[in-house]
Amino acid sequence: MRLIQKVGEWFDLRLQLGAPIRETAAHPVPRETASWFYVFGSAALTCFMLQIVTGILLALVYVPSAGEAWNSLQTLNHGVSLGWFIRALHGWGSNFMVAIVLIHMVQVFLFGAYKFPRELTWIVGVLLLLVTLGMAFTGQVLRFDQDAYWGLGIGASIASRVPVIGPWVVKLMLGGPIIAGATLSRFFALHVFVVPGLLIAFVGVHLLMVLKLGINEWPMPGRVVRRATYLQEYHELTHKQGVPFVPNAVWKDILFSGFILLAIAACAVYFGPFGPGGQPDPTIIQTAPRPDFFFLWLYALLSFLPPSAETPILLIGPVVGIIILLVLPLVAGEGEKSWKRRPIAVLAILLLAVALGTLTHLGEHTPWSPVMDAWSSQPIPSEYLKSRTNLERRGALVFQAKQCHNCHSLDDKGGQRGPALDSVALRLTEDQLVRQVIQGGGNMPAYGKNLSPAETTALVAFLNTLHPATQPPARDASRTVVLGASEVSPRP
Amino acid sequence: MSAENGMSRRATLVKLGLLLNGIVGAVLAVPIVRYLVSPVTRERKIGYESWLALGGLEQFPVGQTRLATYRNPAVNAWDGKTADIACWVRNVDDQTFQIFAINCAHLGCPVRWFPQSSLFMCPCHGGAYYQDGSRASGPPERGLFQYRYKIEDGKLLIKAGEMPTPGQPVTNKAGGKTTCA
Repeated sequence: MRLIQKVGEWFDLRLQLGAPIRETAAHPVPRETASWFYVFGSAALTCFMLQIVTGILLALVYVPSAGEAWNSLQTLNHGVSLGWFIRALHGWGSNFMVAIVLIHMVQVFLFGAYKFPRELTWIVGVLLLLVTLGMAFTGQVLRFDQDAYWGLGIGASIASRVPVIGPWVVKLMLGGPIIAGATLSRFFALHVFVVPGLLIAFVGVHLLMVLKLGINEWPMPGRVVRRATYLQEYHELTHKQGVPFVPNAVWKDILFSGFILLAIAACAVYFGPFGPGGQPDPTIIQTAPRPDFFFLWLYALLSFLPPSAETPILLIGPVVGIIILLVLPLVAGEGEKSWKRRPIAVLAILLLAVALGTLTHLGEHTPWSPVMDAWSSQPIPSEYLKSRTNLERRGALVFQAKQCHNCHSLDDKGGQRGPALDSVALRLTEDQLVRQVIQGGGNMPAYGKNLSPAETTALVAFLNTLHPATQPPARDASRTVVLGASEVSPRP
Repeated sequence: MSAENGMSRRATLVKLGLLLNGIVGAVLAVPIVRYLVSPVTRERKIGYESWLALGGLEQFPVGQTRLATYRNPAVNAWDGKTADIACWVRNVDDQTFQIFAINCAHLGCPVRWFPQSSLFMCPCHGGAYYQDGSRASGPPERGLFQYRYKIEDGKLLIKAGEMPTPGQPVTNKAGGKTTCA
């Protein structure tokens, strides 16, 4: 023991770090902040450290070359001992890191931690969120499979819409005219050098400010932040009623971080690594590219924006969102901290959570995409064919052969791009069905050039049978008036 | 020389040193920036596009739309499969062709041709196009991107080399044929 102490003293005489570390560890924090609500920041840092370690381990094998990256991932998964586990740790660590950063952000927002004097801590935190998402996106590109390839195509298509300089931005992003070797090389440089460098720098500043300014106190309704008096009040909270950070508060951080690491490892073991999916060969077009979980909401949003508004919303929306986050502490630097007295803040979080959750859910199911193989894999339910005329059955055949089923469901099977047709005859009269099939409209292509008159007649005859047995199909009342009773009188 | 003068002289030397570093930095910035923007400047000098053979005309029967692939002209040895690009060739009447980019005009996903319904459909956000490439439905703002083409010695050639995007929809926006040798 004496030897260890001597070695320690030898180093401390030269490094002179012992005293500041002891001082930092023992610095007083408000009593109530030794809470399970205050553990997310340190957990995010723990995730980041795990990402650094596993990232370096992966870089020992990974080849950042468009021709070889996919093969090297296969080698990691199958050829290197426990390579799959390191990949799984890195992939799950990434998901956990994004999730915990978001939770941390919601917590400090609801606890009013961005108010005076911690405005800059929040602003740097917003930058940390952006670089964390940057790591997630560039990391998804390094998993160089079909999703990564076409994801880059989506990124390039968005970037190209920037007015005037769009095409140049695309070439700078791709490193050339197409998605190829140069693209992967620069995303590797971004993911491994540039963005982590920024992340480390921002984490350093963020932590420094947390230490210098002190952790945000537990918000009490009615305890209002004023620039003139806050520092004095906080000093009393920490120095008169406070507790030392170590060990009173830190044990919860340590326990939670350990729990998070355990959860990441458990997910890694149980679910395994992410992909890689199909080979990044752009001539293989039988693919339905999808982004990773945390970008699914954006993927879903992109299918709902009206074409005319899409470009401005895509280009201006993120800028406005980031500006709002950045200036939030500058315009709301004083006042109530407690979420109990900030209903708009709570509603804003709820609204965002519901919106992002709904979009993510939709992104997982992509109801807007045609089911490309429904016409050949989903038969028409047999009860829709029973006791039908030959013409109507012929129409059912047209329905399949012309791939109507890819966008329209029958008995909940098939595409959801267009409305379900189980009771379409209640909604549209025969004439309206003919018009809709031939001319399209309301987001449906026109099939006039692609269907013979006989096929149209058969198809509409089939569609006209799609109604509940107890309800008659829709009927154009004016026909009786215009064509006379003979046209619509019951057949003999 | 007074102490004050000495201070000001040293302060001047500091400024001189900073100025020197500033000048060197500015000089170094020129090659660094040129290196960084080389993907853009190269395009302005010689361009990325050239005429590429898609194959003999017999591969593209009249009235049909077939998938064709070509090797991108600007290519590195390590590009692997990513330099192989697909496109859709529609033979209208043996004289007139339409060569559509594989990339959806919405966000670049690969569109698929369905001869049964004569539609191109996109798997990403549900864009659909008619057989002549015009927009049928969904989020795309426009029809499919088209390459310029020409026919030489019974072979179909297209002018290609860049990924078409909504911001730069290939050279000839209208598509259609240019010269017929």
